[in-house]
Amino acid sequence: MIDAARPPHARRWLERQLVQLTFVRFREFVREPEALFWVFVFPILMAAGLGVAFRSKPASTVTVAVVERRGAPDGGVAKVLAQDKAIIVRELPEAQAREALRNGKVMLVAIRDSAGVVTYRYDPANEESRLARMTFNDALMRAAGRVDPLTAVDEHITEPGSRYIDFVVPGLLGMNLLGSGVWGLGFALVDMRRRKLLKRFVATPMSRPQFLLSFILSRLGLLVLEVAALIGFGVLAFHVPLRGPLWVLAFVCVLGSLCFSGLGLLISSRVRTMEGASGLMNAAMLPMWILGGVFFSSSKFPALMQPLVQALPLTAVNNALRANMLEGASLSAMVPELATIAAWAVLCFSLALRLFRWK
Amino acid sequence: MSVLAVRALCKRYGDVVAVDGLDLDVRAQECFGLLGPNGAGKTTTIEICEGLVVRDSGDVEVLGCTWERDARALRERIGISLQETQLSEKLTVRESLSLFRSFYERPQEVAHVVGVVQLEEKIDARIGSLSGGQKQRLAVACALIGDPELLFLDEPTTGLDPQSRRQMWDVIDRFRASGRSIVVTTHYMDEAERLCDRIAIVDHGKVIARGTPAELIAEHGPPPRTEVRTVTATLEDVFVSLTGRHLRDD
Repeated sequence: MIDAARPPHARRWLERQLVQLTFVRFREFVREPEALFWVFVFPILMAAGLGVAFRSKPASTVTVAVVERRGAPDGGVAKVLAQDKAIIVRELPEAQAREALRNGKVMLVAIRDSAGVVTYRYDPANEESRLARMTFNDALMRAAGRVDPLTAVDEHITEPGSRYIDFVVPGLLGMNLLGSGVWGLGFALVDMRRRKLLKRFVATPMSRPQFLLSFILSRLGLLVLEVAALIGFGVLAFHVPLRGPLWVLAFVCVLGSLCFSGLGLLISSRVRTMEGASGLMNAAMLPMWILGGVFFSSSKFPALMQPLVQALPLTAVNNALRANMLEGASLSAMVPELATIAAWAVLCFSLALRLFRWK
Repeated sequence: MSVLAVRALCKRYGDVVAVDGLDLDVRAQECFGLLGPNGAGKTTTIEICEGLVVRDSGDVEVLGCTWERDARALRERIGISLQETQLSEKLTVRESLSLFRSFYERPQEVAHVVGVVQLEEKIDARIGSLSGGQKQRLAVACALIGDPELLFLDEPTTGLDPQSRRQMWDVIDRFRASGRSIVVTTHYMDEAERLCDRIAIVDHGKVIARGTPAELIAEHGPPPRTEVRTVTATLEDVFVSLTGRHLRDD
């Protein structure tokens, strides 16, 4: 049954090879539960873990044991300082108070004797004890009627954007773009070469550019879901800010993902075995995980290394993501980063297309 | 008219001479067998004819065209099944064939090809769940989906059980009956005898004998034995007739 009645250009869109190739990429991905875990669940677990571990602590309180000796005047300290939220007062007999200080349950022991004199017992080498002494003493003196000669007002800042979670979410996003680009393309292509499927495909009239394009298209399709999952989690669970325009964020993600897909394509251009592929991928990605500013700022590396560190595509992607999300920067403010990413993308793709082996 | 003409073909890999001055002629509407031990140069020859390997010297003309001038058009007109291609296990039969179908300008319908290779019941099964014989028939279905004029099958029955081999033979017979041509490699002599109109036996990269199976047996076979015994069937025929020829895939 030859389908000659219908000319080739009249094919339904679903029957076109680019659509078919892209669908196959999606199908293979969603039918691989492990890939789903690493791309979608793992970054969120990582963000949750880091967000909880490095959360901003609540306004610090000091715990003080108060000993009222026999005959101490009325109006005990506990009552005076009951309203002060920064100080937790525990009234204890002297022996127990000393023990609590020794094993770190309180930072300071305040003893009031019959003359109303307050004696502080603490280790001056211990920062927390010194802080407790100052806070407690200050509160006590004010309660007793001290008037400060100058007026001072406290202004507290704990705004989103300066916490560790705000720093780490863009970093995890960059790391995710890197991983899914390199693994997503690299493993799939090497696996197809190993199974001689690439060779089988080039024995058909398949368009090679459309074949490679299908990998990029499916990557970009999945990218939307990946970015939405991680950013959505950061915003909902930790109120991570999105200060810059969203289209700039999208642009950086797409450009970064293209760049890392190019890297994946380059890594997979010649390798025949999965072992060889994972070796090369780790060699390419591990330095970037460390140097690229995922978990800590890449400015921590010595000045001598900075040209190298700043030239890495992951550093550029992370810097651009942070500039957009945390500082609200627009495209014009991240030209050097975008240029670095684009240069890597062009370099990787042109090398990969030159080196790529189909057979 | 010949659909495949190979003249003085040579190919070496480093120091190893894989094909050493080989000539072939495959006529229209015939099933041509390329026989020979492993390492004889069969696969290299067939892959040069398929445009997958570049020859060192010699001439290859496929359907009146050459790979240098008409590669794109030739890919539309031939169908191939490679040795040991592993299709994506996570796709179904239908999805895989739809993908291959999308590469061709005038393809067959998926359902039709699935019928030809008798995989109707497995059309929505994942490839990973198919038996060896079913996978091999799917590979041939992928070769048929472009509605080719010339089919190259490289060891299509290696490693298959007798029933699966018979099913594959049916597929090949039906394709030839539709008036088109096949080049098949095998190292099963019974298969070559059963399927092929003409045969070339290849060793060390050269054709060492050629002709119809009957000619080859007459020319190179042992002298006729004068035993009084009537051999009407092989043991394999008995086995297949006892266990059933079809529908015993799993």
